Amino acid sequence: MNSSWIVTHLWLIPLLPALAAGISSLLSHHRRITAASLAITAMFGSLLLSLCAFSTVLLHLGGASASRAVLNFNWLQFGGEWLRLGWVLDPLTAVMLAMVTFVGLCIFIFSVGYMQHDENFARFFCFLSLFAAAMLGVVISNSLLLLFICWELVGLTSYLLIGFWYQKPAAAAAAKKAFITTRIGDLGLFAGILWLSYSTGTLIFYDHGAGCIEQTALVVVASHSTAIGMTVATAIALLIFCGAAGKSGQVPLHTWLPDAMEGPTPVSALIHAATMVAAGVFLVARVYPLMSAGMNTAGTTTALTVVAWVGAITALFAAFIAVAQSDIKRILAYSTVSQLGYMMLGIGVGGVAVGMFHLITHAFFKALLFLGAGSVIHGCHEEQDIRSMGGLRKYMPVTFAVYAIGMLALCGFPLFFSGFWSKDAILHAASEWSVSRVPFYMGSLAALLTAFYMTRQVATVFFGQYRGHAGHDHAGNEHAPHESPAVMTVPLILLAIFAVVPGLLGTPLWPWFTSFLHGEMATYDPNGFSEPGLMGVMLTSSCIVFLGLGLGWWIYGRKPRTTATSPDPMENATPWVFNVLEHRVYVDQLYEATLYRLNAAIAWLADWLDRVIFCGAVKTVIAAVIAFSNMDTSIESNAINGTFDAGCGSVSFSGRLLSHLQNGQVQRSLRAVGLTLVLLLLAWFAFGWSVKA
Amino acid sequence: MTLDILLLVSAALFTLGLASSLLRRNAILVLVGIELMLNAANLNFIAFWRFSAHPEAFTGILFVLFSIALAAAEAAVGLALIISIHRFYKTSNVDRIDRMKG
Amino acid sequence: MTFALPAIFAILTLAGAVAALVLRNLVHCALSLVFAFAGLGGVYISLGAQFAGLAQVLVYAGGVAILIVFAVLLVRERDEKQDHTTIRWGNLLSGIAVSTLVFIALARCILSSTGLHNAAPTAPVAEIREIGTMMMSVDILPLEIIGVLLTASMLGAVIIALKEARR
Repeated sequence: MNSSWIVTHLWLIPLLPALAAGISSLLSHHRRITAASLAITAMFGSLLLSLCAFSTVLLHLGGASASRAVLNFNWLQFGGEWLRLGWVLDPLTAVMLAMVTFVGLCIFIFSVGYMQHDENFARFFCFLSLFAAAMLGVVISNSLLLLFICWELVGLTSYLLIGFWYQKPAAAAAAKKAFITTRIGDLGLFAGILWLSYSTGTLIFYDHGAGCIEQTALVVVASHSTAIGMTVATAIALLIFCGAAGKSGQVPLHTWLPDAMEGPTPVSALIHAATMVAAGVFLVARVYPLMSAGMNTAGTTTALTVVAWVGAITALFAAFIAVAQSDIKRILAYSTVSQLGYMMLGIGVGGVAVGMFHLITHAFFKALLFLGAGSVIHGCHEEQDIRSMGGLRKYMPVTFAVYAIGMLALCGFPLFFSGFWSKDAILHAASEWSVSRVPFYMGSLAALLTAFYMTRQVATVFFGQYRGHAGHDHAGNEHAPHESPAVMTVPLILLAIFAVVPGLLGTPLWPWFTSFLHGEMATYDPNGFSEPGLMGVMLTSSCIVFLGLGLGWWIYGRKPRTTATSPDPMENATPWVFNVLEHRVYVDQLYEATLYRLNAAIAWLADWLDRVIFCGAVKTVIAAVIAFSNMDTSIESNAINGTFDAGCGSVSFSGRLLSHLQNGQVQRSLRAVGLTLVLLLLAWFAFGWSVKA
Repeated sequence: MTLDILLLVSAALFTLGLASSLLRRNAILVLVGIELMLNAANLNFIAFWRFSAHPEAFTGILFVLFSIALAAAEAAVGLALIISIHRFYKTSNVDRIDRMKG
Repeated sequence: MTFALPAIFAILTLAGAVAALVLRNLVHCALSLVFAFAGLGGVYISLGAQFAGLAQVLVYAGGVAILIVFAVLLVRERDEKQDHTTIRWGNLLSGIAVSTLVFIALARCILSSTGLHNAAPTAPVAEIREIGTMMMSVDILPLEIIGVLLTASMLGAVIIALKEARR
């Protein structure tokens, strides 16, 4: 497979959107149609190429190494060594490529309708294309360095897109917060990259045995120990997980994700549901050999244990907060955080396939949910509070239908929807985890809460009476919420199909996904359901889902709220708990009181240092130089000039003296001659000469 | 009459001529002093000729003859100069003729 | 040659020189100069250099001294016959000092030399014919040069003393 056309031209996949971004950045913002068509065409081209790659991998299944093709090249020369980059095509890459390009294309088409009335239409598509290019770069890269470069680009474009409406102070602040919070995680990632490069000498993942996550390198890092007792492999894995935790919104770096909802809804769908936040999970999946290096007797490593615990805590924590939110997008944002926790838990307890399966299914139905929410917001004329919506079932039937499909998939409604199979795989793996069963309980409770709050949301938005003011349309007439145009609903329908179908790829009967990721063809396994504990977990999770749905319907669906401002039933039941959850457990305020204050103090210290110490030092040097130059001047004018003047004075004085000899009077010179004669004669005598006759 | 007396006379004459050149204000009297000094030198020549080993060579006399001619020529030119200077400066006081100063 | 004759003429010469030094009246100075020149001529003749003595008297006493008298008369201030300007005492002292020093130096030179007390050898006969022959044969070059020199100096003196041509 190494020499097939698609492998050598894999770089085209990120290049097409990058070109679209580059060209549309040079266009004037009036050229809306050009920008949009460039972006969509490029994405479509990338989709075709990704499908080509996917089919190539399908054709070459036959074990982990046979189904992987790499192409590495030298990039920069440092002394005698080369810094190498490269790309890889293996099942993980192929499935991510297909998902990203397909979901991206759907969202691009949706954005044409959603951003119709925005004057920065062209800029939006430019940034979207750039983001797509960067994300695809992350997916295909075979070098941790190239991955990091594209990782940072992804973060940059996320910043640009969150702060798309930068005139809104909330949006600008949210963009800054997202960038800085993920940056904190990226520090850990960068440290991990450096350490890995130092330990193994390379940053290439797969290099025919010489890569940094291949066997030789892993043996090296798993055998060395750091000063605090853990192995080097664990330390590096934990550092890399820091970056993944930042990007994927794990607790405690989750605070940026809900605020990122300030961006346009297509951005939330693409970046903060399907792709960018999944990049963290993808990274953990990519370096899974490193994370699982040095497995102990319980079948797990320290790094994987940490990943699992963090995932479980995130899943439960975010689910609790989502119950008390009333912004339609924020509920979905916390739901995303919770599901990302599930994915990390899945990788931690069950391996790459378990987590990645949930990532793929989640991408589809979460994108569907966000786009559906976008459709709702668009139809309600930019209203985002669910308390001001209601009864939209009548006004927007298509949106309701697809939204319901997405919601059931997210809850994990049994058998039919993909979310059931993927979440079930995670819970099954968690229930069999050798370290502890607590994550299983946490995951189960979070599943209950997921069903509960999603039912709450759907009941409040789509059922009951319409409680909002639909606003005025362009003609000035007030009218009811309306269904979105076809350009927005068709992608929704496409995504809804994919919210259902991929579930079939991961059933225990036919574990196609797991086998695919391991590079093998899957076989139909009629005994798949008889695995011990599997049926028990499936039954338990089904019961949990029905319980959550029922509770949600009981509280919110039977007697839907009548006004926008009446308090939530849960709030009446447990006001104190509800209040804490509604304020997101005051995590932001905690950070502000501690970290922000600390940062501000350090900044003040640095400023003081700069202004007083360094500036003072500079001023001292300046004063010294000026004093020195003054001293020089005084030396010059007094000592040197004075000496020179005195010298000149003495010369002129002696000249004046000698000039008396030349006063023009002849007798004076004659006197001098006579005197000289006398002196000569005296000298003659002194030497004793005399005249002899 | 021995040679040293003649030489002393010549020295005295030379000194008197030098004194006249140094002490007199009038330019012409400076010239007079110069003539006296020249004559003292001539006397020296004759004295040495007279007391020399070979006086028949007449060297001294010939020298003196030439010296006399020279002195006469020089006196003529010098006096012409003085007359010319007097015409220009309206004075023959050497103290006042100091255009060559500096 | 005896002692007396050159001595008398020497004294005459010195007296004339002293008078030329001291006298105030310019013409008197010039005339005393004649005495000095004449005395010197006498010294020459008494020493046996008759031609030199004659030449001395002719040229010096009869030429140079008269020239000096003429010059004195020509450069006289109106009605001024005497040299009235007083000498500055600094110049006077230094002039006297220099002259004295010179005399002392010369005297010392002379007196410290040996072999000057000998008597004069026999006087040669300074025949004019022989002097003339020598002048024309041995010393012809200086003679010619002196001729050129005299011509030049005569011309020079005339030119220098000439009044400026009227433009």
